[in-house]
Amino acid sequence: MDLAIKLIVFLPLVAAAIAGLFCRVIGARPAQIVTCAALLIAAALSVLVFVKIGFGPEKLIVVKLFSWMESGTLDIAWALRVDTLTAVMLIVVTGVSSMVHIYSIGYMEEDPSIPRFMAYLSLFTFFMLMLVTADNLVQLFFGWEGVGLASYLLIGFWYDKPSANAAAMKAFIVNRVGDFGFALGIFAVWMLSGSVGFEEIFGKAPQMAQMRIQFLGMDLPALETACLLLFVGAMGKSAQLGLHTWLPDAMEGPTPVSALIHAATMVTAGVFMVCRLSPLFELAPTASMVVTLIGAATAFFAATVGLTQFDIKRVVAYSTCSQLGYMFFACGVGGYSAAMFHLTTHAFFKALLFLGSGSVIHCLHHEQDMRKMGGVREKAPQTFILMWIGTLALSGIGVPFILGNGLGFAGFYSKDIMLESAFGVHTTVGQIAFWLGVIAAFMTAFYSTRLMFMTFYGKYRGDHHTWDHAHESPLVMMIPLYVLGIGAAFSGLVGYDWFVGHDWKAFWGNSLAVKATEEVLHHAHEVPLWVKLLPLVCAIAGIALSYYYYVVHTDMPERTVKRFPGLHALFYNKWYFDELYDAVFVKPSLAIGRFLWKKGDGATIDGLGPDNVAARAQDMAGMLMRFQSGYLYHYAFVMLVGVAGLVTYFMLSAR
Amino acid sequence: MTIGLGHYLTVAAVLFTMGILGIFLNRKNVIVILMCVELMLLAVNINLVAFSVFQGNVVGQVFALLVLTVAAAEAAIGLAILVVYFRNRGTIEVEDINTMKG
Repeated sequence: MDLAIKLIVFLPLVAAAIAGLFCRVIGARPAQIVTCAALLIAAALSVLVFVKIGFGPEKLIVVKLFSWMESGTLDIAWALRVDTLTAVMLIVVTGVSSMVHIYSIGYMEEDPSIPRFMAYLSLFTFFMLMLVTADNLVQLFFGWEGVGLASYLLIGFWYDKPSANAAAMKAFIVNRVGDFGFALGIFAVWMLSGSVGFEEIFGKAPQMAQMRIQFLGMDLPALETACLLLFVGAMGKSAQLGLHTWLPDAMEGPTPVSALIHAATMVTAGVFMVCRLSPLFELAPTASMVVTLIGAATAFFAATVGLTQFDIKRVVAYSTCSQLGYMFFACGVGGYSAAMFHLTTHAFFKALLFLGSGSVIHCLHHEQDMRKMGGVREKAPQTFILMWIGTLALSGIGVPFILGNGLGFAGFYSKDIMLESAFGVHTTVGQIAFWLGVIAAFMTAFYSTRLMFMTFYGKYRGDHHTWDHAHESPLVMMIPLYVLGIGAAFSGLVGYDWFVGHDWKAFWGNSLAVKATEEVLHHAHEVPLWVKLLPLVCAIAGIALSYYYYVVHTDMPERTVKRFPGLHALFYNKWYFDELYDAVFVKPSLAIGRFLWKKGDGATIDGLGPDNVAARAQDMAGMLMRFQSGYLYHYAFVMLVGVAGLVTYFMLSAR
Repeated sequence: MTIGLGHYLTVAAVLFTMGILGIFLNRKNVIVILMCVELMLLAVNINLVAFSVFQGNVVGQVFALLVLTVAAAEAAIGLAILVVYFRNRGTIEVEDINTMKG
């Protein structure tokens, strides 16, 4: 089992090294084969590990690799920690990643630098696996920064596109803000518990809850502060309200990247981190409250923006942002298992939606604007059906009451249990989260089916040349879609009992905060019937309204926009977050930078220092140059004047 | 009227000044400059010999002989340079020799 775990983590690294370092020697096809094979093996082994850990008696395996750094009492080792939480993430990461690798063979077919792309993808997967198998906070941080790097490389993959470079830098810089908080959080935890290993930290959690800490000149409860700082890191990586601006721009990267990094895996790292540290968050009620509120606000905010966007990938990106908000408020109210459940199902259906969108984009020759789509189902019938599965899973459609838990697509189970958790805790923030979540569920159904109707239904609105060449994607792209489609359809049904149903204790073991989870799940299963039905009703209403707007009366969107121009402008311009940040942070820092560059460095330091000295020397030289007439008698004359001067001087001074 | 030290020194000074003026009032020929230099050296020699005689010290006259030797060598080298220069440039006009101009 130890070997399997090591192989899972390091096979992608080896594949990345082979594809990345020897790409010029081996060419595109071997690079694809090596990386795909490594990922498929890792995925198969992950299933093995998952079955062993999730359903076996042994709930925790720690594989010690070697010591990383020892300094005083600080002792950090490289170790792979696999419990149920990690095993679930292993399945998600290797599963989606292997599918994306295979899909990329078809999608990136015409790209000139395929090996580089495959190497980046595998490298990302390695860092992500390092993140989820981390045994201590520092190793987690290593993976955390690694996926950030890989994300930067992949967003800026088409480096000749200025917008892609800008988006890559934006993602990196915005994430720095979050990472700063995360690093401070790690320092705080180290200061409080004297350790960074998860086992030791969790053991000391009750003591830490009693301690106080001096921060920013204030005397604060220690654990709350540490958790809030850690959550800032999660906000950055998971694009929560305030630090979300990079995620939509990250769609500049190739679509497989969006599916892997910006939907299924990396952006969920924040949720994973909160769940991993749930024994801490469980004891920090204020911090959890903040998590709930931010999550709920993000779920609502991103959904409103998603309603109005026209870029097919951006709609899905805002949807991702919104769904991450759901996961966070579930974490905030203590429903860690519900959040992990949604994380898993979401990974499947959101990767499916992204790859499906990619298939549409591929089909229409890199057209991303939904206003220039329509009627694509004729050309891509398989993609059409699979996208419907993804959409229904995202909307949370299902039939309640039959088969015990009801029968539905993945999101039906996971979204419901999160909303029930929020309602079930009977706190004010829980209620706020619940209602915002329900409204967001309505909007989710609306915008995701809007995407379907605008893309696949009606008449084609682009130029007919593209239409004539439109075609269903090749098999190598369809197979991953089918696999993910199966996941999107059935992962909820299969996983429900184990993740959040009556077998949850046997499944999760001690990998999540037991007490909070137990309480929340207990309450969640006891909520009134209307609470259980409301999300479904909202979703169906959203779909119906979307059908009315985009299929029955296609002039309705126009009229609604005319009716509420202000609201539409607000949503369409993403609540002016970019403009606000531009005015508050970007422009002033540019101005300061320009001032320091031009005035501070250029005018003051260089002006008085090197440049000034050089200029004076040049002036002197210019002046002296005029003496050099080249005529001998001038020199002789000067010499004689000099001699006369000297003689006069000595004559006068001798007296 | 006895001829004293002052007379000798006056002659030397006049010669010296003529040499100087010859150097930088002359716009024609480099050979004239060389001759002027010789003239200045001779003025100095007169000074040396005059002081030597009036002070009863032979060293001055020995030194004058040394200066004469150096002046001869200088004239030889200077003329040789001029010959080469003339071969290369085809002229020894002072106005044309200004390649040292900065």
